[in-house]
Amino acid sequence: MIINEMKLEIKSKSNNEAFARVVVAAFASQLDPTIEQIADIKTAVSEAITNCIIHAYDMKEGNIELKCQLTEDSIYIDIIDYGKGIENIEMAKQTLYTSKPDADRSGMGFTIMESFMDKLTVESIVGMGTKIHMEKVIKEAK
Amino acid sequence: MICEFQKDTKEMYVKFEGEIDHHTCQIMKNELDYEIHRNTPNKLVFDFKNVKFMDSSGIGLLIGRYKSLLRIGADAEIINANKEVKRILDMAGIFKIMLIKEEIA
Ligand SMILES: Nc1ncnc2c1ncn2[C@@H]1O[C@H](COP(=O)(O)OP(=O)(O)O)[C@@H](O)[C@H]1O
Ligand SMILES: [Mg+2]
Repeated sequence: MIINEMKLEIKSKSNNEAFARVVVAAFASQLDPTIEQIADIKTAVSEAITNCIIHAYDMKEGNIELKCQLTEDSIYIDIIDYGKGIENIEMAKQTLYTSKPDADRSGMGFTIMESFMDKLTVESIVGMGTKIHMEKVIKEAK
Repeated sequence: MICEFQKDTKEMYVKFEGEIDHHTCQIMKNELDYEIHRNTPNKLVFDFKNVKFMDSSGIGLLIGRYKSLLRIGADAEIINANKEVKRILDMAGIFKIMLIKEEIA
């Protein structure tokens, strides 16, 4: 059952990376996460938002939607862009794969999202955009 | 970010401050490349003591600088990385290209 919800729309500007991850961390704090869980969530959000800015919109203008939901024990995060989309999701998710190797990208983004969160799903349509869905359990069932 | 160069030992010391993400990396990258080019050090020490946050952009920053250090034959070393930073460094296998030293005061 969803006990709280928030929605935010931001411009694809790189100084919004810090803003977005701090907002999600503050929202998640309602579930009383550990410092480590907060660090995991901030890092995963930072990766997804950065990808919207540099890959989806190629550093040009665009809008990013950020939706968070809380259940009694978990946080669900959706990060949506209307940018160029991902042609091959399986390839994009591989560790070290990057389509921008000369821009100092490491290809670690999806690997970090996958290992720091409990669930990651990627939906994308080329030319339409991408939706990243992540879930993390904050309180283990007693 | 603070950059210091020791002329006698040719050691360059870089102290990162605050949060390392794609936004802050864009600024630090230019300064680092300028300093590396200007000083041609034989060793570069990255100090993470005052780093509060790092995502994979930090990995890209390190690997990118490592490439230019290779060209001038310089070594790179990482000191004072906290638990969160270290987890990301390990995940990316940075220990294969740079010496990661444990806590130094
Ligand atoms: N929102 C997005 N829109 C379009 N392409 C994306 C998006 N997110 C990721 N990608 C693609 O997936 C690749 C891998 O992403 P990631 O693991 O974060 O590595 P990096 O960002 O370092 O390239 C990117 O290089 C890019 O080609
Ligand atoms: Mg990325």
